[in-house]
This record gives sequence, structure tokens and C-alpha cells, in this order.
Amino acid sequence: MTAVLPAKDLVTRLSGVFAGKLEEAGRDSVLVRADALLEVAAYLKNTAGFAFDYFNMVTAADYYQYFEVVYHLTSTRHNHSVFIKVRCHNRANPSVPSVVPLWQGADFQEREVFDLFGIRFEGHPDLKRIVLWEGFDGYPLRKDWNR
Amino acid sequence: MAVLDFAMNNSLPMQAVPPDWPGGYWWHWLFFTVVLIVFILTMVLGVIYIERRLLGRMQSRLGPNRTGPFGLLQAVADAVKVLLKENIVPSAADRVVHWLAPVVAFAPVLILMAVVPFQDGALLADLNIGVLYVVAISSVTTVGVFMAGWGSSNKYSLLGAMRTVAAVVSYEIPLVLSIIGVVLLAGSLSLNSIVLAQDIPFILLQPLGFFLFFTAGCAEINRSPFDLMEADSELVAGFHTEYSGMKFAMFYLVEYAEAIAMAAIITTLFLGGWRGPLLPPWLWFILKVVIVFFVMVWTRTTLPRVRIDQLMALAWKFLFPLALINLFVTAIQVLAWPDALPWIMVVINFAIMGVLVLAWSRFFKLGWGRVKV
Amino acid sequence: MTFSTEPFVLNFGPLHPSTHGVFRIKATLDGEVVLDIEPVFGYLHRGIEKLMEERTYTGGIPLTDRLDYVNSMTNNFAYCLAVEKLGGIKVPERAEYIRVIIAELQRIGNHCLAVGAMLNDAGALGTPFFYLWRQREKIYDLLEMLCGQRLMNNYVRIGGVSQDIPAEFLPAVMKFVPQLRSFLDEYDFFLMQNEILLARAKGVGILPPEVAINCGISGPVARASGIKRDLRRDDPYSIYQRFEFEIPTCEEGDCYARYRVRIAEMLQSLHIIVQAAQSMPPGATKADVPHLIRPPAGEAYGHIEGPKGELGFYVVSDNSIAPYRCHVRATSFINLSALRQMVRGWKVADLIIIFGSIDITMGEVDR
Repeated sequence: MTAVLPAKDLVTRLSGVFAGKLEEAGRDSVLVRADALLEVAAYLKNTAGFAFDYFNMVTAADYYQYFEVVYHLTSTRHNHSVFIKVRCHNRANPSVPSVVPLWQGADFQEREVFDLFGIRFEGHPDLKRIVLWEGFDGYPLRKDWNR
Repeated sequence: MAVLDFAMNNSLPMQAVPPDWPGGYWWHWLFFTVVLIVFILTMVLGVIYIERRLLGRMQSRLGPNRTGPFGLLQAVADAVKVLLKENIVPSAADRVVHWLAPVVAFAPVLILMAVVPFQDGALLADLNIGVLYVVAISSVTTVGVFMAGWGSSNKYSLLGAMRTVAAVVSYEIPLVLSIIGVVLLAGSLSLNSIVLAQDIPFILLQPLGFFLFFTAGCAEINRSPFDLMEADSELVAGFHTEYSGMKFAMFYLVEYAEAIAMAAIITTLFLGGWRGPLLPPWLWFILKVVIVFFVMVWTRTTLPRVRIDQLMALAWKFLFPLALINLFVTAIQVLAWPDALPWIMVVINFAIMGVLVLAWSRFFKLGWGRVKV
Repeated sequence: MTFSTEPFVLNFGPLHPSTHGVFRIKATLDGEVVLDIEPVFGYLHRGIEKLMEERTYTGGIPLTDRLDYVNSMTNNFAYCLAVEKLGGIKVPERAEYIRVIIAELQRIGNHCLAVGAMLNDAGALGTPFFYLWRQREKIYDLLEMLCGQRLMNNYVRIGGVSQDIPAEFLPAVMKFVPQLRSFLDEYDFFLMQNEILLARAKGVGILPPEVAINCGISGPVARASGIKRDLRRDDPYSIYQRFEFEIPTCEEGDCYARYRVRIAEMLQSLHIIVQAAQSMPPGATKADVPHLIRPPAGEAYGHIEGPKGELGFYVVSDNSIAPYRCHVRATSFINLSALRQMVRGWKVADLIIIFGSIDITMGEVDR
């Protein structure tokens, strides 16, 4: 059974190293501060007890006051998974560090989030629209997108 | 005409007109030209129908069965459709080359049929260098194909044309070498004499030669499993991507006419041409051509396509050495045991073919792998 | 004298006989060797994720049909699983068994298409493709018996399935299973040792397992590279714990390995279908949920082992009749990210067969 690591447990285990940078957000997901995302992700990938080597998905949701970028990571070795969330409160120019250097699977998916939400991923090798065409105006999956 | 008079007056072995032909030289030429054109065109229609029906039946589906009784008029319908289409020439294309390419591709096929005997002595020109003529003319089609690829100013076409040239040039050599085995047995380059020398068909005496000739022939005429020149799933349509209308019809015609011509050559060289009991000889000839074509369709349906480097490796590393060995063995047999009972020869040759093909394919590595980029 | 060449860009355009849908590859070639590719897609983008926010939960099920249109009901299944997780809905036993049978039938149908299309790309002119398509037509007949539709079935509902199976369905399935088994044995016998197929597919397009894990590849592509991960075993959903089946894997990770894994999975699916059909209990086929379902606020991620890999739905609810956000973790989209690495250094013909062996459906990629 791929156990989803409960957020409480994860926060306790990680707060030794990343104090103040993350908190629970619901039963299953952990909210991480955007500037600490890369460190937390690298820690989760490389530490033996976690070993989150399998990048499942990244997506985003628009909650009016902020964008929430959701990452789902799995460990093939220990067969557990975790949801990481990052919030961007800057609606005009949202930006999140890119995890492509860690997991190549994030490449296309981050491009899709950029395409449909407008969230820029710093450090992405080739951030351009993927499912919509170049020159499309606006970011359709935002709640205030006026068609 | 001076050449003709000179030949007749000096009794050269060249028989311009067979002795029992009623009428002059030009009447003979006209009759056989018409016969050849009618033969090729009718056979193409028939062969297209056979191929599509057979392809369908082998793929557990029906094939065309609506146009005409049993779908017999399908090829006619296709021809009419293609002729009514608009003739589009790409603006960046080289117009003259683009226009000439189908002609250059089709003419050699008709010319090739001039030396194939339909009956004893019934051929347009009984050249005593028939085999050399066949080999020489059959390469000219490639020039037409390359003109098509280059003149279309399209990268797909060019890629297809390059592949064609590489493949045809490579497969010429095993083709020619396997013919020489037959020539050694028959003692003459004239196709009519080769047929007359086949008391037992040469396929039995030269099984390896037949196998090599058939494979190399299929590669020459771009038929599966060697049809990567026009690989539908890779290059859209290869060298004839940019052709439509009558010119496309010509290329379509060329493909099947070449298949018929190759089948005719195979029949003449290996299967005994027009020889056979009971039925009229020309009927035997047509029957054998259809049988060879059936085998071609069979291999087309069954086998997937090879890659270009695998194609070249097959020609140079597999067929060419086998062709050389075949030639040596045949030469030794003809020189050392000219009177040996043919059936001993048959057994020995089949054994040699079995051993060679099985053993060689064990050590044969098809093509390269990944290239470092 | 050095021979100077320069690479050129060849565009395998969106309309192409073998790009499995509208997909464009800009390939940089040096002669026949592929130096680099840039995949361009989005030609089939219909905005399904945005549309799902404007439909009700149940009304969004037909939209999920159109995602991976080759096996529609697996999409339905994954979506309903996610919504059932959100709402805490328990599915009745009989519905679970029906869902399992359908999921495995869809798996077989998908692999028929995948293997046939890959062999078609290899140049076998459609003969293996037509043979497999005949089996897929028989599956269509079964599905038509079930819900009236061959494609775009829209049969699975939140809380179960939309209607009970007709009386003749299970006997028809039990008649289909041994026939397919003997057909697959014969088919595999023809192709397994075919020289040309081996030369075209063995050792071609190798996907190393580390790359596969890093890219998030799942399904037969990952299992052919040696990664023994199958959600039916590792994260069992529905009632898969009750069935015995094997997870076929291969070590090499080339196109031939993917072909073998798919054929083996088809046989395992038949095994599961027989077990499910034999032990199907009577009972209700749908939980008592309202048509305009309002799950409590929250989020859920429901995923299944679809025929192509892990298909997941991330659904966020705000206690209204429509999902607040519905994201599709699309298998083909993610499997596509490894294409570039798999293809570099091979030839044009290999590009086509490698692409065919990953088994992409553009409906999922573009959504």
C-alpha cells in the first residue's frame, strides 16, 4: 500500500532541519515556503529515510488570494508518497523555483502550469507554452480569466 | 537500317526477325510493341487487383469487392480518379526535372520487356546479349526516382530518393552475380536460349541463385520488406510525395510494372519461361508471372520493414558473399562435372543453399546500433 | 579531404500517418541519424480541466471519456475513484467486480491497439494490426452489450456503475477469454522470433530505469525497464487485493521488451477477468448518491493503474455541485517526457518505432 505520509508526521520529522519553513496544510499535505522549496525537495529526494525519487505530478489551483502549486512525490523504494504545496500570493507575477534540476519529469508539467496559470518557474530550462500556442492571450485556468 | 542490312547480309547470329514470321521487320516491331504495351497495362490492372485482394484476405479482411463484380474494376476506378485530379507542382520545384521524372522512371520498364520471350522466338528483339541489356536498363529507373526526389524540393522526398539510390546501387551486385550462375548453366546471354536450355527449371539447379535474385529484385523494385523508400509510416510517401494527377499515376504504374517486369525476368531465368505441357506457352508465361507476383505479395504482407542501414548490411554482408560463393560453386560444377545427372546437381545445390543461408545468418549482425550524439 | 555536412531540421508534421494523433516532432537530423527532437503538441487541447469546473461531478464523466479515448472507461474509473475518496462514498461489491472486469477488458483492448500500432509503424503494413483489431472489435461487441456504446462508454458512475450488466454479458465474456488466449499464443508465436522485428526492435530505444524513475514514467514502459511498480499491487484500489495475478517485467527496456510486457499483461488481464467473473456477487450496482453530488470541501487524489500507466485525478471540492479544480495526471503526457532521451542517436525509422512503443494517446497529452 503506498502510504501517504501524514502531514503531522512529516512536519515533525522535517522541522529539525527546516524549522519555520513548513507547516501542515490539511491531513495529507505539507505547505512549504517558496524560498525553501528547492532545499526541502532536495532533502526529500536524497535522504535515505524518504528517498522520493519518483516525481508523480505538479499542478496548481487558483484560490483567488493565492495560487497553490501542488507537488506529488513518491518513493519507489519505501513505497510512500507525500503532497507538498507552495503558495504564491503575488497574483500579478507569481513565481516558484523550478525542480527540473532534481526531477526531469517536472519539465513538461511545469510548462503546462505556466501555460495555463501564468506561474513562472525560476530555473526552468525552456519555459514556454506547451498546450496552447505562442501568442495566446491570458492564462485560461485562472478563475478570473475572461474568455 | 544500315546496321540491319549489314547483319542480315553477313549472317550474324542476330536474328532480327524469326524465320517463320509472315511480314517484314517493321511489322514485327509494331506488333510486338503493341503487344508489350497492352500486356504491361493489362497486367498492371490485374496485378493491382490481385495485390489488394490478397493483401486484404491475408489481413483477415475482404479487400475491394464493390467496384464491379468481385471488385475487378477497382484498378480502373483508381486510375480514373487519379487522372481527374489536379496536377500540382510545388512552386520551388525544378519544373523540367519534376516533369520528366515519371517518364524517365517508366520508360525503362517498357524497354526492359522487349527481350522477354512470350513464346519460342516471340519477343521484340532476340538480342544475344539479353541479360546484359536487362541489367543495364533496369538501373535507369533509379535515375527517374532520384529526379523525382530532388525535383520536388521537399526534404521528405530527398530523403526517400537518397535511400532509393543507396539501396538500388547496393543490390545491383548480388542481382547480377546471381544471374551469372544461370548464364553459366545455359551457356548464353540471350533470354530465349536460356529458356530453351531449361529442361529442368533453373530454380531447382540454382536454388541459392533464385533466392538471391528474388531478394535483390524485391529490393530493386522497392517492395516490402524493403519498401522504406516510400515508407508510409515514416516519410508520408517518400519520393512521390509531391506528385498528384497523371504523374502520380505514372509512378503508381511504375511500381507495379516494375514488379511485373521483375516477375517476368524471374520466370524467364529460373522458372522455365513459357515451357510447360498442355496449355499454350504464352498462357504458361502469364501464369508463372502471376505466381511469382503472388509470392511477392505474400512477403509484403507478412514481413515488417527493415531500416536503411540494415538494408545496406543485408546487401553487402549477406547477399553479396553468398552470391560470390554461388558463382564459384556453379562455375566448378559446370567445369568439373558437365555431364553429371542434373538431379545430383539439384540435391547438392539445395544442400549448399541450406547450409549457407542458415550458417551465414547465424553470424550476421544486422546494421549498427545507436550513434553517439 | 574532410567531408562537411550540416544537420537539417525535418518536421514530422501534425498530420502524419503514424504520429498516433496530431503530434508534431521537429527532428534535427544529420543524414538519417536523429540528433535532437523537439516535440510540439497542443493541437488537441480542448480545455477539459476548465470545462470540468463548469460541469457537475457526474456531468464531468463524459468529459473524462474523451481524455484517453482508446480506453474510455479507465478514465471514468479513475475520476470516480477520486470523487469517491473526496466524498467518502463506499461502492457496493457487485459494482466493484463489474468495474474490475471492465478495467481489464479495456486494458486488453488498449494493448491490442498499442501493439498493433507499433508493428504498423515498424512497417508490417497492417497485417498484425488488423489481426489485433479484430480482437478489439470483439471487445467492442462486449461493451456494446453492456452499455450500448463501443467507444466513449460513460458507464462508470460515482458510487458504482450506471446500470447492471445484462444476463448474456458474463457468458459472452467467458466465451471470449479462451478464444483470445489461443489467438494471443498464435500471434506471439509468429512475431516473437521474427528476424526483422527483432532487428528493428531489440536493443532499440533503451530507457534506463534511473531515467524512467526520474521522469515519472509508469506503466508497461517502466515495467519493461525493470521497475517493478504496478499500482494494482503497490497501492491497491477497488478490490484488486482479492485477485491473483503476476506483474510481468523485463530488464532490457527496449522496444521489444515493451512489446513483450504488453502481450504478457494481456494474458494476465484474462486471468483476472476469469477470477472476477467467477466470484461476482449479486447486489446493488450503485451506491445511493444523489445525482447532484456535493462532496465536502477538501481535496483528493485518486489514481489507478491504467493500461498506459498511472492515471490520476486530483480533485478539489468546495462543497458545491461542480469541482473547484480537477487536474488529470495524464499518463501519456508524462511518459512523453522521456522520448527525447530515448531517441537521440537512432535513425528516423527508429524514431517512429520508439514513439509507437511508448503508446501515446494525444487526447491525454493535450487534454
